[in-house]
Amino acid sequence: MTMPQPKARPDTDTGPAAKIRLDGVTKRFGAKTVLDGLSVAVGEGQSLVIIGGSGSGKSVTLKCILGLLRADAGHIWVDGQDVTTMSERERKTMLKRFGMLFQGAALFDSLPVWENVAFGLIQGRGVKRRDARDIAIDKLARVGLAADVGALFPAELSGGMQKRVGLARAIATEPEIIFFDEPTTGLDPIMADVINDLIVECVRDLGATTISITHDMASARKIAHTMAMIYHGRIIWSGPAAQIDQSGNDYVDQFIHGRAEGPIRMEVLKG
Amino acid sequence: MIHLLHDFLVIVGRYAISAFAAIGRLSGFAGSALSHIVRPPLYLGLTGRQMLSIGYFSLPVVGLTALFTGSALAQQVYIASTRFNAESAVASVNVIAIVRELGPVLGGLMVAGRVSSAMAAELGTMRVTEQIDALTTLSTDPMKYLVVPRLIAAVVTLPLLVIVANTIGVFGGFVVATQRLGFNAASYLQVTVDYLEASDVISSLVKAAVFGLIIAMMGSYHGYHSRGGAQGVGRATTNAVVSAFILILLANLIITVMVFGT
Ligand SMILES: Nc1ncnc2c1ncn2[C@@H]1O[C@H](COP(=O)(O)OP(=O)(O)OP(=O)(O)O)[C@@H](O)[C@H]1O
Ligand SMILES: [Mg+2]
Repeated sequence: MTMPQPKARPDTDTGPAAKIRLDGVTKRFGAKTVLDGLSVAVGEGQSLVIIGGSGSGKSVTLKCILGLLRADAGHIWVDGQDVTTMSERERKTMLKRFGMLFQGAALFDSLPVWENVAFGLIQGRGVKRRDARDIAIDKLARVGLAADVGALFPAELSGGMQKRVGLARAIATEPEIIFFDEPTTGLDPIMADVINDLIVECVRDLGATTISITHDMASARKIAHTMAMIYHGRIIWSGPAAQIDQSGNDYVDQFIHGRAEGPIRMEVLKG
Repeated sequence: MIHLLHDFLVIVGRYAISAFAAIGRLSGFAGSALSHIVRPPLYLGLTGRQMLSIGYFSLPVVGLTALFTGSALAQQVYIASTRFNAESAVASVNVIAIVRELGPVLGGLMVAGRVSSAMAAELGTMRVTEQIDALTTLSTDPMKYLVVPRLIAAVVTLPLLVIVANTIGVFGGFVVATQRLGFNAASYLQVTVDYLEASDVISSLVKAAVFGLIIAMMGSYHGYHSRGGAQGVGRATTNAVVSAFILILLANLIITVMVFGT
């Protein structure tokens, strides 16, 4: 009798260790099928990076897990609980354990930066404003923003600064599960690496389970335990981050090397 | 011929379906919003801020509307009424028209123009920039945080605004009557008080509260469900104002017939 081997392809992994698992998730907008039976899983305390072309449904995948979009078919399990059949109340309880960095930062523009960061603490956890503010200033420092930025409004920040405030907000409550939708897009290379380190720390030191979306392969290599590539609404390859270069998959190779020529045809008119 | 009829029915059917769908969505939205009012937490600070922005900042526009309308009305009634008892006619028609109809309706329409549009634009922008989704992920119910404070604030504030509008409207008529038409101030006021009944005031305030609900509901609903970037937000704003206007006028007719029709 041998122990079941950990499988290299987490989308077929059925062990209990999976913190989040998507199984055959389908999502359509009108006639357009964005996710077409997508399956992927991420283990507890693991960092999954999803790569894939623009418009391939990466952000939609995260929103389906959070319940912001309703999957048309398939199942999504978080800690063994099926999100797709949850009641509103159960979903609310579940979301308390999540942090999310939106692709467009999605900062509340009626609130100053520090209140944005402290929002989950004040509203979700009932932390006193004064204490929440201290925590917020501390989180801002973690993403390289000085304390005086806390008093500004989101509209007064650059795009990259907004992204970092969104990141500080996502990690402020130190959630168990954190989603990062393009955390380093719009940042300079040095700041991008600071953010990579921060995400690694979240996983290593806080034990968070993370799913990150990125187009930045340097960032992906740094933060991922596992990588998955999405194409035409499905995961066409997934495996340990170290094996991405030996995937043996032409689509993955083309993507990670950023070549215009290959099996993935961009729908552009050549002049 | 059959084809034409068929096509016609298809079009009618399609409109009917989309109309019913819209009514269904709106009722769902309204039901959910109202059910959240009775479940804690209530965001009192946000409600207060909304009351300030709906009520206090609408005072100038509502006050001026009432003043000009009341004054013009006094002049018109004077011209139309027989010279014999012009004094009682002007005072009584003025107070009844203002309190029963013009105060709440014009006040409601002015506030709808100001407030429904602002709510739709604000919530619509929050929707398309994913701020509403972000609220959900931060364990805050957007219905409770965004919609309920606006509903409560509008329902509470509109009656207060209409009291002000009624008073200013009657005052406008009084000024024209005494300063331009040479009426006696004391007897004009006496007639005004004599003709005004409690039911007039109550119906006026009920109308105002209903209009407040309509204003906040239309602004929130259209904003909350807007999609498609800046254009979508623009559309939501227009729809919020137009639907609030029509619903206010319709609700006014229904309440008037119910209260005074028998
Ligand atoms: N609310 C929506 N309504 C209609 N279509 C949508 C909606 N959200 C996303 N889509 C469509 O779904 C597809 C996937 O969108 P998604 O935002 O997930 O892309 P993505 O993989 O995150 O791309 P990017 O890397 O550019 O962010 C797109 O083609 C988009 O048009
Ligand atoms: Mg995206």
